Amino acid sequence: MSETRYTRDHEWVRIEEEGIATVGISEYAQQQLGDVVFVELPAIGKSIVQGGEAAVVESVKAASEVYAPVSGAVIEANDALTDTPALVNEDAEGEGWFFRVEMSDPSELDSLMDVDEYTDYIQGLE
Amino acid sequence: MVTDSDQILLSTPLAALHRELGARMVPFAGYSMPVQYPEGILKEHLHCRSQAGLFDVSHMGQLVLRGPGLAAALERLVPGDIQALAPGRQRYTLLTNEDGGIIDDLMVANGGDYLALVVNAACTTKDVAHLRAGLPDEIEMTLLDGQALLALQGPAAAKALGRLLPAVAEMRFMDYRVLSLEGVEVGITRSGYTGEDGFEISLPGQEAENLARRLLDMPDVAPVGLGARDSLRLEAGLCLYGADIDATTTPVEANLTWTISKRRRAEGGFPGAEIILRQIKEGTVRRRVGIRPAGRAPARAHTEITDADGQSIGEITSGGFGPSVGGPVAMGYVDTSHAEPGTPLRLMVRGKVHDAQVVALPFVQHRYVTSS
Repeated sequence: MSETRYTRDHEWVRIEEEGIATVGISEYAQQQLGDVVFVELPAIGKSIVQGGEAAVVESVKAASEVYAPVSGAVIEANDALTDTPALVNEDAEGEGWFFRVEMSDPSELDSLMDVDEYTDYIQGLE
Repeated sequence: MVTDSDQILLSTPLAALHRELGARMVPFAGYSMPVQYPEGILKEHLHCRSQAGLFDVSHMGQLVLRGPGLAAALERLVPGDIQALAPGRQRYTLLTNEDGGIIDDLMVANGGDYLALVVNAACTTKDVAHLRAGLPDEIEMTLLDGQALLALQGPAAAKALGRLLPAVAEMRFMDYRVLSLEGVEVGITRSGYTGEDGFEISLPGQEAENLARRLLDMPDVAPVGLGARDSLRLEAGLCLYGADIDATTTPVEANLTWTISKRRRAEGGFPGAEIILRQIKEGTVRRRVGIRPAGRAPARAHTEITDADGQSIGEITSGGFGPSVGGPVAMGYVDTSHAEPGTPLRLMVRGKVHDAQVVALPFVQHRYVTSS
């Protein structure tokens, strides 16, 4: 399964390997934030809970929380963002991923939006 | 309850142009203002430092004072030397309160038979009432409601504005001139809020869009929003009213003692003089300093500052990412014992300790044109 799903807080999550979710912020979120200048990533092994704080993304103007779209343990963080935070702006839903998590409850994905639902959702925000 | 979103926002004479340029508009001091254009804050900031940026600052309060004994009358409200301000010159000063705190910071220009003031947008109503109450009745005060204010800032600003107004080449930093731009009277100062050379141009609202378009048509001029205005002034070490200075900070604590001339220090005669003059002599417990966080994490306003042992010694008042510095920059107040450049500090950012040190301001050298 490689379908991307989205949260109401504009995180995305994609399953590229069984039980492992890759997490980032959406293209819409990066546009809203503007130039990303700093990303604080979770430590490897950190246990995160769906909807809980997992990372921080900072634009020139402000710091924003990144919430965990699913629960589990962090197994990898995208260290490229430490030196090149602008990757989030350049490729939010690809190279600009934040971290990977070993899911403890894959059924949590069902509560998230697919791309069509998310597109409708952000149109409703404008 | 009235919330921000319920508030009816005022718009500047350039509102239509901002929309056309694709600006993201945000509420600021009761106005709908452009925080950034499609290029984004980083590029706008860097463009201003390398070429020229055009800012709409029409939200700021513009006042004209006239009347007998005007300079001496205004000096009863500010510690700045207004009597020594020559015609055609501008000066930065402060409205102080009886506790020595700062009611607002402002620019005062001498127009010969009048003084032209520029005050902070969010303070305009308060300042008008304060000035009216503190100035004699024979001083006439006019709020220039429909007047626009544009700032053109950056190393290419003089060349760009000179194409329309060659006389600006004769001006130096903090000069004030009233010039005619094809029959339209414009009040120009060679000053700004970026640390760069540049101008602020006051003109009737209905003329502002035409001037803005002509400047923006030039290849070296790009629009810059409030987002980059903030990062530019922070790198330049310039105070933001309401963040770095307010009614609870004195000019001495804020490191703005340079705004008080020798004569004013000797004579006093401004609100809070007793406290401010004593602080000049005896020092203060805390002082505004530049702070350079180590690493890459920005430290924002209200971040707690501790010494190397973890004792709380102050708070960040402005902080963020400095695009020209290429890293985080901040200003804040620390105990005077920790105010020397090079002093190590610690910042508590999201519960984690980050190293930092006190540095001399500004972060980016000022490039004012002080001789022509």
